[in-house]
Formats: sequence, C-alpha cells, structure tokens
Amino acid sequence: MQKVLVLLFLVWVCLLFYAGIALFTSGFLLTRLELTNYSICQEPPGPGFLPWGSQGKPGACWMTSRFSRVVLVLIDALRFDFAQPQQSHTSGDPPVSLPFMGKLGSLQRLLEIQPHHARLYRSQVDPPTTTMQRLKALTTGSLPTFIDAGSNFASHAILEDNLIKQLNSAGRRVVFMGDDTWKDLFPGAFSKAFFFSSFNVKDLHTVDNGILEHLYPTMDSGEWDVLIAHFLGVDHCGHKHGPHHPEMAKKLSQMDQVIRGLVERLENDTLLVVAGDHGMTVNGDHGGDSDLEVSAALFLYSSTPLFPSAPPKDPETIPQVSLVPTLALLLGLPIPFGNIGEVMAELFSWGEDSRPDSSALAQASVLHLNAQQVSRFLHAYSAATQDLQVKELHRLQNLFSKASADYQRLLQSPHRAEATLQTVITELQQFLRGARAICIESWARFSLRHWEGPPRHSGAYALRLGVGLLLCTRLAGLFHRCPEETPACHSSPWLSPLASMVDGRAKNLWYGACVGALVALLVAVRLWLRHYGNLKSPEPPVLFVRWGLPLMALGTAAYWALVSGADEAPPRLRALVAGASVVLPRAVVGLAATGLMLLLWKPVTVLVKAGTGAPRTRTVLTPFSGPPTSQADLDYVVPQIYRHMQEEFRGRLERTKSQGPLTVAAYRLGSVYSAAMVTALTLLAFPLLLLHAERISLVFLLLFLQSFLLLHLLAAEIPITAPGPFTVPWQAVSAWALMATQTFYSTGHQPVFPAIHWHAAFVGFPEGHGSSTWLPALLVGANTFASHLLFAVGCPLLLLWPFLCESQGPRKRRQPLRSETEARVRPEEEEEPLMEMRLRDAPHHFNAALLQLGLKYLFVLGVQILACALAASILRRHLMVWKVFAPKFIFEAIGFIVSSVGLLLGIALVMRVDGAVSSWFEKLVLAQQR
Amino acid sequence: MKDTDIKTLLYAHFLCIFSVILSVLIPSFFVEDFSILDTHLTWLCFCSLFVTSINLVLYLVPKPNSSSKRSSLSHKVTRFLKCCVYFLVSCFSFHVIFVLYGAPLFELVLETFLFAVILSTFTTVPCLCLLGPNLKAWLRVFSKNGVTSIWENSLQITTISSFVGAWFGAFPIPLDWERPWQVWPISCTVGATFGYVAGLVISPLWIYWNRKQLTYKNN
Repeated sequence: MQKVLVLLFLVWVCLLFYAGIALFTSGFLLTRLELTNYSICQEPPGPGFLPWGSQGKPGACWMTSRFSRVVLVLIDALRFDFAQPQQSHTSGDPPVSLPFMGKLGSLQRLLEIQPHHARLYRSQVDPPTTTMQRLKALTTGSLPTFIDAGSNFASHAILEDNLIKQLNSAGRRVVFMGDDTWKDLFPGAFSKAFFFSSFNVKDLHTVDNGILEHLYPTMDSGEWDVLIAHFLGVDHCGHKHGPHHPEMAKKLSQMDQVIRGLVERLENDTLLVVAGDHGMTVNGDHGGDSDLEVSAALFLYSSTPLFPSAPPKDPETIPQVSLVPTLALLLGLPIPFGNIGEVMAELFSWGEDSRPDSSALAQASVLHLNAQQVSRFLHAYSAATQDLQVKELHRLQNLFSKASADYQRLLQSPHRAEATLQTVITELQQFLRGARAICIESWARFSLRHWEGPPRHSGAYALRLGVGLLLCTRLAGLFHRCPEETPACHSSPWLSPLASMVDGRAKNLWYGACVGALVALLVAVRLWLRHYGNLKSPEPPVLFVRWGLPLMALGTAAYWALVSGADEAPPRLRALVAGASVVLPRAVVGLAATGLMLLLWKPVTVLVKAGTGAPRTRTVLTPFSGPPTSQADLDYVVPQIYRHMQEEFRGRLERTKSQGPLTVAAYRLGSVYSAAMVTALTLLAFPLLLLHAERISLVFLLLFLQSFLLLHLLAAEIPITAPGPFTVPWQAVSAWALMATQTFYSTGHQPVFPAIHWHAAFVGFPEGHGSSTWLPALLVGANTFASHLLFAVGCPLLLLWPFLCESQGPRKRRQPLRSETEARVRPEEEEEPLMEMRLRDAPHHFNAALLQLGLKYLFVLGVQILACALAASILRRHLMVWKVFAPKFIFEAIGFIVSSVGLLLGIALVMRVDGAVSSWFEKLVLAQQR
Repeated sequence: MKDTDIKTLLYAHFLCIFSVILSVLIPSFFVEDFSILDTHLTWLCFCSLFVTSINLVLYLVPKPNSSSKRSSLSHKVTRFLKCCVYFLVSCFSFHVIFVLYGAPLFELVLETFLFAVILSTFTTVPCLCLLGPNLKAWLRVFSKNGVTSIWENSLQITTISSFVGAWFGAFPIPLDWERPWQVWPISCTVGATFGYVAGLVISPLWIYWNRKQLTYKNN
C-alpha cells in the first residue's frame, strides 16, 4: 500500500511538472493547425454574384486581374523609418542625420512627383519577426507560429494554400532570386531561380550582388510573370554593424539604385512592390515584438495611376498580411484559403464607368469577396480545432451575415446611396478586423502571460575511479556532433553508418570493433551477474539472461553485417538480405520484450538450498563394475561401501532428530534488486542500440562503464547507515542527470531539429511505414532520448549500489574467492553481509528513500528545464531564438517527460521485485512451518 | 604573537602579488610588443619564473618551517632535486588532467603544458617550499582538520582558489563572443592567476577574522 502511495505521489509531482511545462509551452510556442484546403479559381468563396461577371473571362478568377505582372522586391529587415521620407525642411528642427535616414530617395521622389501612382505604408508585422515566419505570412496571409501543427519537421515546405501555389496553378511563371530560405519553403515552385546562401550573417554582399547580376537581364528577357528578389544585405548589415553604422547608409543607397533601375524598366501592366519582411531593433536584431521590429516598410508603385487620392501626410498603418489578398486579387488569382488579411480597398477604386459611386461599390465588392473567404476559413478552422473562442466566433458570424445581407440588398436596389455603401464597407471591415484579432489572440500572442512557476574508502581508490570516469567522458566526447552555429568545429566522422564507408578494410575493422563492444558489454554484464551469484538458478529469467542475451547480441551483429554490406550482396541473395534486415531487428526487439516480460513475471530467481549448517563430508563414489578381483580392489571398495552406509544412517538420524537450527542458503538474495535492474537495463539497451548507427555501440559500452564507475565512486564515498534512513546525496543525483545529458550529446545528438537521426525510423522497416506516423515517431524518439530513458530507469541503482558494495569492504580481502553471498532466513551469523536485504529489513525507510531519490532526480531535471525555459524567454529577442533556444527547450521538455516516465518505471520495477521478495519469504516461512 | 604572524603572512602575500604584477610590467621593457594576450606564452613563462623565485626567496629568508635540522649539503641537494622531480610530475599530471577535462590532445600542446606549469607554480611550488617533498604532509594539510599553522591554512586557501579560478576561467571558452581572450588557454590561465591573487588576499583576512576560532595543535 505504501509503495503504491509512493508511486502515486511521484506521478503527481511529475504531473505538476508537466503542467508547468505545458503552461510555458502554450505561452511561448503558440500552435496553429495548418489546413490543407485550397481556394480554387472556379469556386468563389461564397454565394452571390459580382458586379462585373468576371468568372468567364480567361486569366481571371474571382475578379479580373488588374496587373498581369508583379515585381516583388523584398528587402530583408527594411524597417519603416528606413524608407520614411525626410521632412526636415518642413519643421524647424535641424535635420537629424542618422545613417539610415532618407537614403531611399527614389521612393520619396516617386511619392512627390506621382502621388497617384505610388504609396508608402507602415506595415504592421506579427511576431515572431523571423524571416521564415514572415515569408510564410507574406505568401499564405496567415499568422505562422513557431510550430504549425501538421507541418513536417524534416522539411519546411509550406503545405498551406499560398500565393506561389495559386500562381503556379494559374500557370504564371514565377522567377525567384535571393535568399535560399525560399528553396525550402517552396520546393520546385519557381520556373527559374537563383538561390544564394543566407547562412553567413557576416557576409553583406554575396546575396545582393548575386541578385543584381541576374535581376536586370531576367527582367529584360520578359520570361516571367512574377519576379521576386529577396535582398539580404540590409538584414545582415543590421546583424553585423547595427542600423547606426555608415555601412547601412551604403547598403540602403544600393537598394535605392536597385529600385530606381526597376522603376525605369517598369511597364504599364506591371506592379512594383517593395517590402520589408520585418524591422530591426536598435542593435540590429529581430525576432521579438518590439515596435521597431514589427514595423516594416511597404511601398507600391505602378506606372499607371493606382490611387484615387493623394497620399496622406503620415503613411497609413496596415497589417502586413493585407498584401496577400491585395496581390491575389490584383493579379486575378483566388485569395489563398487560410488568408486572414484585409484587402487594401483603395487599390480597387476603379470602376468600369464613371459613375460617382462605382469606386465605392468596387471597394465594397472586393471587401465582400475577402470577407466571404475569411468567413469560409474561420468556419473550416473552427470545425477542425477548438483553438478559437466560440463566443467571439459567434459574434463575428452574425456580423458577417448582416453585412453580407446588406451588401446583397445593395446590389439589387437600383439606386445606391453613398451612405449605405459606406455602412456596408465599414461593416465588412469590422468583420475582417475582428477575425484578424481573434486569430492573433490565439496564434500570435507573444507575451509571457503564461509563466511557468518555478518547478518546484580510500583516496587512491576513489582517485582511480574518478580518473577512469573522466577518461570515459573524454572518450565519449569523440562522438560529438557539432552544433550548426559553430562553423570551426568538426563533427565526429564516426556518426555515419558503416554502410557509407568506402574503404572495405577500414569497414571490416570498424565492424570488428563494434561487435567487440557488443560482446564486451554482454560479457561485462554476465560477469557482474555471476560475481553476485545470479546465474545459478534454473528459473526462466536467468535462463533468458544466459541464452537470450547472446542471441540478441548475435542478431544485432548479424543485422549490422547485413546493413553495412547490403550493397555488396550477390544478386541472388538480395531477397534474403532484404528479408533478414526486416526480421532481425524485430526479432531482437521481440526477444528484449520477452525478457522484460519474464523479468516482471518472476523477478526473484533465488536458488534455494536447504542444507545443514555443518558441511557434509563428500562421498566420492567411483564407478566400479564387476566383482573385485584383487586385494587392491577390495582395499578400495570396502571403505567406500562403509562410508556410503555411514552417510545413509546419518541422514536418517538427522531427519528423525529434526528441528535443529535449520538454515536455508539463498543465493543472490543480497543483490536481488540490482540484478533485476541491471538485467532490465541491458534488455533495454539492446533495442536502443539497434536504432543507432553501428559505431555508437562503443558509446553504449562507455555509458555502462561510466555509470558503473560513478556508482562505485558513490559507494566508496558514502557509508551505509545500517538501520536507515537511507539517502542518496545530491551530488550523486546531479552527476547521474548530467551523465544522461552528456550521453545524449555523445551519441551524436544535438538539440536542433536538423540533427535528429531520422534513419532510426527505418530500422526494421526499410520500406517505410506507409501512412502510420506514431511508429516512426516512436522509433525516432527512442533513438533521440535513449540516454534519458536508460539513465532514468537506472536511477534506483544509486540507492542500491552502496549496499551491493558492502560485501567488497573488509570481507573481500579475507575471502577474495567468495563469489556468492548468502542471506539467512534467521540471521544467526551476523558477519554475513546483508547487502540489499538491509533495505528489506526496513521497508519504511526503503520506501522513503525511493521517494526521496525520485523527487531529487525530478528536481534536478526540473532545474535543467527551468534554465532552458528561462533562456528561451529571456533571449526571445535573440536572432537565434527559433534556431537554438526554442528547440533546446522543446528537446529538454520531451527529455524531461521521457526521463520522468523512465524513472517511474524504474521505481515500479524495484517495487515489483520487493513485492516478489516478500511473497517469496512468506512462502518460505510457510514451507518451514509445515 | 599571532598578530605578528599574520602580519608576516600578509607581507609575504603582498610580495607574491607584487611578483605577479611585476611579471606583467617588467617584460615590456625588454620584450617588444609585450602584452598578456598577444604574447601570452612569454607572459606565462615570466609569471611562473617570478612567482617561483619570490616563493624561493620567502622560503630562504623567513623560514616559516624551522624543521630543517639536518643541513648537510648532500641532503640539501637531494631535497632540491626531489622538489624538481615533484614539480615536473605535477606539471605532467596537470597536463593529463586538462586533457581529460577536454583540452585538445594533439594541438596546442605547448599552450596546455604551460598552463599546467603555471597552475603548478601557483599550487605545487608553495607546497614544496612550505612542506618539502613530503607527500604525507601534503595529504595531512589538505585533509580535514589537518592544518597546524596559519601558513598551512593560507596554503590551503590559495591552492583551492587557484584551482577554482582555473575552472571558472574555462566557462567563457565555448561562448560565441569571439574575444581574443577566449582562446585556449588564456581565460584559464588568467582565471587561475586571479584565483591565486584572490587567495593571497583572502587568506590573511580570513585568518585574521577567524583568529579566535583557529587553534592549531602546535601553538
């Protein structure tokens, strides 16, 4: 009962931690469901007809296209005030001369000379202000969050409906040049593309010069409908020098020249869009939600008049996503399905006749189309998930139906009053803004309102152990993979699978080393078990350890051989090899599962010998056949017969006398808990090993060696407090947790998504998994968090080991050959080491110690994850937050969950063994009484 | 009696600190372009040399341990040779420990070794001067309650603070600040030096404040 309580309490603590992590995650990593619905050209978003029957015309979908071509110049991190015209001559103040001010003179000139052709906006960006998220927003019209549910971690390709997809399906030619982020986002979407690496932030010119080399020739060739040029120089300059550096002035002047050159080449059917994807802070960083980061510039220009009125003095502020529906409708494309942007109505104030209200009507119809599309999206999204607030959604639905009805009535009535038109426009705009607000509320709220509460012997011997531990750690460090952001570091070449090696000889040597590591691991475990006398009984788990483990090792070695040499197999054996590489891993996993089952079924495999206290004189009976022929034979046989008879009588006498101080020798009782733990760990390690590359087996060997040394160090350090209370010191628990982290890195992992070992999903499933996703996720997860799992399950060993080493104290010197220890039912001889039976003698303290150990381990892990959460939230403005800190937090959170589950399993296993030992004692006592 | 002892200790420690400062200033007179960062190894050599010589002078002049009864020349020579061997052994073992703690094995061997030399200078040399080549005495001083004089107490403090300083010095190495002092082993050697100096400053003060509680067996 007490045990169950201990487990339940630990589970409760784990749940508390999970709640903290979930709270932080829900505030920090906003999730959004990606819908894979697409807008289709022939299907308008809702009922109702358009004022001009445009559906039938070629090259027009929901509306006739206004422009047939667009040049989109995306200048990364073009903050609004970079493009803002300088108005120093109007005010009396002396002009403030900042390096970035007023450098885009061509924009200013266009705005002054052709006020009806050009317009500058302050585009309001939604956080996170990182380029990839912004590009997603600029093409889908939605609010990308860090993790869009349903997106594929392996590639960043946009699966949602987006402008590029619509352009492709309309058969327009899209030419791209610039930042290679687009290559990942839109694989194969461009008819022609020039990608340049965006990785080196220090490099200001490679990307821009590369674009400039191709920009004008491409534009003059005319083989394009949409031309996208993504310049990175300004952003990189911000990161390297900050905005207040003369280099920024040069960069902006270069951009100004680009714009001037483009304007000169612009034809009448072409729209020029100059946009910044986000801003930058005073230090030149971005990623967060400060005012400077979220205000970007947006500039539109056409050589034909575009706007009905002159631009307002202060440029209007519009949401960034407004560009998406605007561009879509201007190009005569359907608005992407997931767009929540509001169309910029003033660009559509052109009617087919000169009636005074026609421009207002055109605006109303465009807004109505936009509203229909957003309403359709909200409907689909709320049907798929419950992210959005139901009440607010209902209110919006009502607003939309009212506005829609007003609009329909307006179309049918012959005389359209200006006032009603304006009302309809306002209503539609209200609806669109409300919809945007509700979406921002649930996807782009970038505040820390949800905040995770603080989750709540001798010197020379020890020195040798310590040096051994250090040596193991250092050797394990040879298997590190480098983090992406340190270019100077070289990843270990030993992380690749053997199959990728070319040199046959080296391959064979490595294969030998890997199998050697496997065998060494196996032999070490068996030697350990034998040392404590655990390989004697004929019980099934012991038999499994004796025969099943070598079989598993054999299977693993054979699988490695097949996988690493699969290409060299002769053709007629191909099928056999393919079959075997499916069967072998599954067989190993099956064997491991069987072993664990057996272990759970009969954890106590004690060899019981009922015997006498005094050692019996052994009678040696030599086989003798035929009658004795000589005196010598008689001399030999007669004493034998005598001794035999003596034995017989003594046996009978003792049985009749009975009830002497009867003792039972039970082998392996002193190590009953830890033997079960070690067996379980070995059984777990083999399938996990199979998921890694072959050479990681050396790391696994090191892992076992390392934990063995650490446990011995611990045992040498702390004395046993005989009657309890038992405690595990803090430093041991933290060292254990640190070792789990260290092994995570030394098995070639890094807490970033590109470093996940995806090949683990194909172990045992070389053909892939079809449509199921949980199995590959499980395999990859087991590969990634193998060290967390092993160390968490093995955590109770920290408590058990000092007791285990009790026998190696002074006794060892006296009886070095003693290989089995005995625990007596009646401990008459106190000199026998009780070892782990001390724990059983004080069940109350045992439970308390297990609870304490679990809580300490959870606390240490909790401190780790708290540090990660703090780093992620403090550095949320950092350039690398979505590349380094947020992934680290996610890995740490999942690692915590895996560790806590493993810890619970480990403790549960110890308790199962304890229960089995108790029932075994009861049985024994009953048998004695009979 | 005790206060004068502490005063002597303080002056001795000031001399040590002075030697560290001198090792920064003096070489610039006859080495061109001398600076701690650019010509780090030269500085390390100088620093080690200066600190060792000051320690030797201190050992020869006030003689805090007056146990040298046998003073035959051959005994002195063997003692000196033994000290040298101990120093070398400590340098090599520090080198091995640095490699185990993650220092590069094949590259920058000279740098790592000089770091081992400077750390030995801060830790082993005072031990050798004060306790002689006598491992048992060392173990006694660095075990619990084994200190018998304020000199040994200060030795304990400076040694430990040098180690801690060297260890903390390794913290900024993996950070991406790209400063010249983040290069191996500059931050560690500088950390060890700061630790040593801090230990020299702290130990007389600590002993002075705790002079009531401190009772030594032979006093």
